[in-house]
Amino acid sequence: MNKSTYSDVLIGVVLLALAACLPWVVGDFAVTLAVNIAMFTVLATSWALFSGPTHYISLATAAFFGLGTYTAGIGLDYLPFWVLIPLAGVFGAVMAGLIGLATLRLSGVYFVIFTLGLAEMTRQVITYIQNATGQKGILISIWFMETTFYWMLVGLAAVIFIVGWLIGRSRLGFALRIIGDDEEVARHSGINTALSKVLLFMIPGAVAAMTGAMMAPRYGYIEPLIAFTPMLSFQVVIMALLGGTGRLWGPIVGVIPFSILWELISASFPNQTTLLLGLCFLAIVYLLPNGFVGLLLKIRARVSQGEGF
Amino acid sequence: MSDHRTVLSLRGATKRFGGLIAVNDLDFDVAEHEVLGLIGPNGSGKSTTLNLISGALPVSGGTISLNSQIISTLPAQQITRRGVARTFQLVRLLPSMTVFENVMAGAVFGHRRRWGHEAEAHVMRMLELVGLDRRAHAHPSELTYIDTKRVELARVLVGDPKVLLLDEWLAGLNPTELEEGISLVRKLRDDGRTIVLVEHVMDAIRSLCDRCVVMSSGVKIAEGATEAVLNDPEVIRAYLGEDDA
Amino acid sequence: MGILITGLLLGGTYALIAMGLNLQYGMSRIMNLANGEMLVAGGFAAFWFWTAGNVSPLLTIFLLAPVAFFVNWLIYVVILRPLVKRAKSRGQLEVDAILTTFGLSFVAVGLMLATFGGDYFSYQYLLKPVELLYDTYSLNRLVAFLAAVVICGALYLWLNHSRAGMSIRAIAVAPDSARLVGINVPRLSALAFALGGAVTAVGGALISTFLTLDASTGVIFTLKALIIVIMGGVGDVRGTIVAALMLGILETFVARVIDPGLTLAAAYLLFILILLFRPQGLFGRKQT
Repeated sequence: MNKSTYSDVLIGVVLLALAACLPWVVGDFAVTLAVNIAMFTVLATSWALFSGPTHYISLATAAFFGLGTYTAGIGLDYLPFWVLIPLAGVFGAVMAGLIGLATLRLSGVYFVIFTLGLAEMTRQVITYIQNATGQKGILISIWFMETTFYWMLVGLAAVIFIVGWLIGRSRLGFALRIIGDDEEVARHSGINTALSKVLLFMIPGAVAAMTGAMMAPRYGYIEPLIAFTPMLSFQVVIMALLGGTGRLWGPIVGVIPFSILWELISASFPNQTTLLLGLCFLAIVYLLPNGFVGLLLKIRARVSQGEGF
Repeated sequence: MSDHRTVLSLRGATKRFGGLIAVNDLDFDVAEHEVLGLIGPNGSGKSTTLNLISGALPVSGGTISLNSQIISTLPAQQITRRGVARTFQLVRLLPSMTVFENVMAGAVFGHRRRWGHEAEAHVMRMLELVGLDRRAHAHPSELTYIDTKRVELARVLVGDPKVLLLDEWLAGLNPTELEEGISLVRKLRDDGRTIVLVEHVMDAIRSLCDRCVVMSSGVKIAEGATEAVLNDPEVIRAYLGEDDA
Repeated sequence: MGILITGLLLGGTYALIAMGLNLQYGMSRIMNLANGEMLVAGGFAAFWFWTAGNVSPLLTIFLLAPVAFFVNWLIYVVILRPLVKRAKSRGQLEVDAILTTFGLSFVAVGLMLATFGGDYFSYQYLLKPVELLYDTYSLNRLVAFLAAVVICGALYLWLNHSRAGMSIRAIAVAPDSARLVGINVPRLSALAFALGGAVTAVGGALISTFLTLDASTGVIFTLKALIIVIMGGVGDVRGTIVAALMLGILETFVARVIDPGLTLAAAYLLFILILLFRPQGLFGRKQT
């Protein structure tokens, strides 16, 4: 079991406070970038909570995100915004539960394939519904400042870190690490592997949906192509793997440099973002199989070994 | 034979792989506190039988019961929770965790589930029992072969199982290690554990098992007191083949 | 009735594409998510030769196949084999293969975008009507179907009756035992992967005669090929063909009767049903 000391918690709280103060210190452009970074931090960290220990690569982030965006878009006519966010979370959890029950009993490959097409398929279905009902896009009538989005995301990130920390110390977290190491042994130790996986998968599902709902006002106008960007799933996977899923703070370490790199490439070579994604995937597999976290831990181990002799 | 109650019971247990019948209509009982040897030549179906009992494979026919409750229809994790624990032929330790954490896995999710300090204390007790208390924070990659087997044994014991299935646990050990291994299993027997021992090492069978069940080609060909069974001409023929009996 | 035949025609071509993936995943154990991009590349090649030099796609295939074979062989040996060597378990290899081929697919799309731009491309080839069983079909679909049948048939015979073919099937079923019988697993895995890529590229050339492609449509084809392979049972040739035909018919039905925009959703539904009720596929063996 992970030994989480109180100094870790203190560091976390301090960093969180610093992050919350950011908008008062930097200019407007930086805040926009910060919103993106915060959003990806939320998505990547919650992604890693499931895909890290189990090694099941989920590409469903965009689908959950879109579900949340549409929940907000459609629901704003009937419910206040602040109710829609947790509601989106519930929908996301339910959808994740269903997907999990269908695919997590099987090997990881089926799961990846299924989640790969999920966003595409959902987009097709929604486009069809829109064409059938004649409704084009959804206009969002409420508006927030960038800083509000930023704080909402930082708040959600804080919640995720707390949840992740608690899970790491819980039976469920332990069960999932065992499943990730050897699923057969997990089963024979008495773990209900299917249920554990499904339960944990509901977390990134709910979180991505809530994030989608939160971001809906930022888009202003909701359309299938906007709500369900398949790119989103791939970006989240890269950032989380780049940072490393071995630690709770791993994904952030991947999010920050990648987001900045993405902004730079989008600005200078807008058509080559796809190429960038591909090269990053390859770099991760060949150079950083355990992300930056893995690299840091290896260096630290070697340093302490060197000192030992 | 003994007035101990029956813990594990197989009735007509059968396993088919397509056209091949690996286990054919197998009947036997295991009494509480006894050490039952399950022996037979290669390919006789011994390991498959263990797989059926532990739930690693579903039965094609027949039933398996634990304390009079049928377990053959349950998935492996539930069978473990009910109290059947097993080791694997090829030792499977969790690669990313220490010895302590490996055993903890059995403590948290096994038959008798524990958590927190209670679990940690029990894990240390088990490690002491198998002689690994000083290597609790070692990694599987740093251990000798017999030590990895000790870890696995501790992991299955720590959940206080009702029945222990040892799948060729003594295989691949050099003479010194074999001595240590046999005395460890003897300690378990003296503690009153119920064990089904699948083995090829005859010395171990002789010194540890009160009773034996002998299988050949999926069928039970003999059952009874160890010495009697090992002298049974039918059994000798099965091991040596038809030509030289 | 028309739906049935059109569906079969489409399915036949799908079968060819799925065969490519089947060779790569079922036999050399690499889940190649860049499969669709290889298809699009094949289509591009056919397009280019037709519009630039009026060369029939049926002829382009003969040049395309060996080139694609070589390129895929290179990819396997340089990029994928190190993964096979370093993977400690089959699950690890699958994850690594997925991420790597994913990366490759993005690189391929990026390169294609840079070279050809993002426009759709299609061309008129054999756009003549043909009367068959009281209904009119397009000749190009028919020709593509026949070519696919010939190639699939040849592959089937080769896999079942030639030494190399049977060795490859042996690797799919039991790689460790195959090694023990003297089969050169690394070399044949490379061969299977290269062959799979060549077959996919040829399929792409054929499909481009009657479908519109662009640099980003690769992923949809990858998905369909994956669905077909899994539905039919990984590694099983007959299963792939049957599943491809089924998908072709289902898609055509959905496109004509319900809405052309729901074809992927229909394929998905089929996929979910298979996963729920028969994950080993129609012809596959249950994994112990």
